[in-house]
Amino acid sequence: MNKELTKNLASGHSACAGCAFPTIVRTILGESDVPVVISNATGCLEVTSTLYPYTAWKVPYIHNAFENAAATISGVERAYKILKKKGKIKKEIKFVTFAGDGGTYDIGFQSLSGALERGHNFLYVCYDNGGYMNTGNQRSSATPFGAATETTPSGKMSFGKMEVRKNLMDIAAAHGVPYAAQANVAYLPDLKKKARKALETEGPTFLLVFSPCTNNWKFPTSQFVSIAKLATETNFWPLYEIEKGKYKINWATEKPKPVEEFLKTQGRFKHLFSEKNKPVIGQIQKMVDAEFRRLASLVE
Amino acid sequence: MEEGAIIQHDIKKAPKTGNWRYMKPEVDKEKCIGCATCVPFCPEAAIEMKRGQGQKKAKADIDYEYCKGCGVCAEVCPVKAIFMKK
Amino acid sequence: MTKNSKKLALTGGYAAAEALKQINPDVMAVYPITPQTPIIEVFSKFKSDGEVDTEVIHVESEHSAISACVGSSAAGARTVTATSSQGLALMNEILYIASGLRRPILMLVSARALAAPLNIHGDHSDVMGARDSGWVQIFCSTPQEVYDKTIVGMKLAEKVKLPVMVIMDGFNTSHSVENMEILEKEAVQKFVGEYSPEKYLLDIDNPVTFGPVALQNSYFEFRKDLSDAFDTVEGELEKIYEEYGHISGRSYKKIEKYKLEDAEKILVAMGSVGGTIKDAIDKLREDGEKVGLLEISLFRPFPYEEVKKALKDTKEVIVLDRNLAFGTKQVLASEISHSIGKKVKSVVYGLGGRDTFQKQIMDLVKGDNQSGYLL
Repeated sequence: MNKELTKNLASGHSACAGCAFPTIVRTILGESDVPVVISNATGCLEVTSTLYPYTAWKVPYIHNAFENAAATISGVERAYKILKKKGKIKKEIKFVTFAGDGGTYDIGFQSLSGALERGHNFLYVCYDNGGYMNTGNQRSSATPFGAATETTPSGKMSFGKMEVRKNLMDIAAAHGVPYAAQANVAYLPDLKKKARKALETEGPTFLLVFSPCTNNWKFPTSQFVSIAKLATETNFWPLYEIEKGKYKINWATEKPKPVEEFLKTQGRFKHLFSEKNKPVIGQIQKMVDAEFRRLASLVE
Repeated sequence: MEEGAIIQHDIKKAPKTGNWRYMKPEVDKEKCIGCATCVPFCPEAAIEMKRGQGQKKAKADIDYEYCKGCGVCAEVCPVKAIFMKK
Repeated sequence: MTKNSKKLALTGGYAAAEALKQINPDVMAVYPITPQTPIIEVFSKFKSDGEVDTEVIHVESEHSAISACVGSSAAGARTVTATSSQGLALMNEILYIASGLRRPILMLVSARALAAPLNIHGDHSDVMGARDSGWVQIFCSTPQEVYDKTIVGMKLAEKVKLPVMVIMDGFNTSHSVENMEILEKEAVQKFVGEYSPEKYLLDIDNPVTFGPVALQNSYFEFRKDLSDAFDTVEGELEKIYEEYGHISGRSYKKIEKYKLEDAEKILVAMGSVGGTIKDAIDKLREDGEKVGLLEISLFRPFPYEEVKKALKDTKEVIVLDRNLAFGTKQVLASEISHSIGKKVKSVVYGLGGRDTFQKQIMDLVKGDNQSGYLL
């Protein structure tokens, strides 16, 4: 077991072979120079890392429920504030929340908004695997347009999820948070830089991190890095930051690969390659291009 | 039972996820250039850079107690020094 | 009156805020709802005037209020909150988690009717909805009791490591003024002492995990442990009530008796209706009717033994429920008949703030009202 990497999250967790989020968690927490306390929403990370009697967490950790990780850390952070004032707690501590996209875009959306609005000093990290994966791949508002899930299956009448992914980054930024960034597990240097920035920024900060799911996106267990890379290389998942409302794109290319390169690597998009659904791929390409142009236009 | 189910990390209680494997990554210590690309991507943090006897450079070393055989290390290795064996 | 206590005229809500001020908890996470609002408004004024150090978190819903409380309590901070009705119902999911994680959170509840239809006035339907959630439930009848039992409740919660609800009737108690007495802050501070949990999140050198997954092979034991812990509450509460009696001159019990000794008919009730019942009893006794009142103050855990002793040889027991349970016997009536192994007369009163008059109680005792309701 790698001692350096397992200072916060040890081995022995039961995430699927080839899962991406352990790397996300370890990379982000590795950037903190001070001790951390974690709150975590119900989800894959939580259930695979705290299966009694074993907890893979070597740092203080609380799982409360599915929709309240941000509210829970709000309580922890305020407790810290007063106990430090009273001299009962001496050390400086950082507060980090981890949640999946379901726990962030949907059921945890309200408690996230409350915590951001109240200005608690914490970092909220959403590992975005595009659906409710722990419960067996049901659709969330983060599921991409056209993706098949167990609740948006493709069929005679449907080509998968009909709605467009909720733009959570803009919603987070709209709270006036000092720092929000979209990152990708395949781009570790970029993720590290953003994690350090988020951890060092006073007040609520937000990281949305691309986290491929081998089991439910249906790709071989060895592929999460390659597929995550393609997501950014095709502009499907741009890397950018919003600092005090100012947008900055961290990775761009003159000639992005066609989104098809990304889609064809995953079983959840396989149905789009039928004659009937081919036009949907064109639609997705247009949406990806339009979104990137929109982002680029927001950069001063 | 622990009061309030409040528990502490104890590696001795960790499930040995190594027994999940049906494929096993093997590191060719000659080909490995010690770049550690694989290290942070391993979902189990099961890879450490270790210097074998009489070797100047530390090479990737896999802890098979926890390695689940996912193959990510083999996939990301820039010099294809890790190959998967049944 | 102890040597340096102070006489005041306060509503139940203000009395709660006063007690909380003297406790000076570390964190309060709250969301406003009638009739709880006087508590958090008065407390917020204390905060802005620097009379309390409490970190008050004004969250965006009751669900987040109790969630933040679980977080701050797990972090190691003395934690309180307050709510009513729909707010308590919204907290329901997390009530079970708070007790399951053995969080000693104190919650003031100004009990209020549950919708639909919507009603902002007093009754017990909200707290009855939370009665099996692993929270201690203590009922108050007057602002004085609210003040005293808030202080006792804080100490009890941290002693038994279980969350405690101190309940007052919305409006009847929360918004009614009564002459009462408060202690000196130092006496209260000494009584509740320091909160120093064994395991807490901010203890960085001894990291712990709160809220793991426990499956078929361990979940059942954890729940049974919680039930066993719940069984220690009655004994601990008695000791704390006794200790509180020494410093305040007011000693409380799990059940309170009024003219019970020779009573042939006994009324059983909880909360503010007690005052009306006592007046009715005095009048009835003038007419030679031997009737008494048994007030249940500790509702969870339910004091079956004491109730059994108190009612053992009475001919007729009439139980008043300020909650309407559907398709089943009424809640308090069931608890009482279970305690004494006999049928009881069961009547529902006061729903949605409906006033209960002395005459209605007298008709009930005389047997002139067999409807089962004090409409």
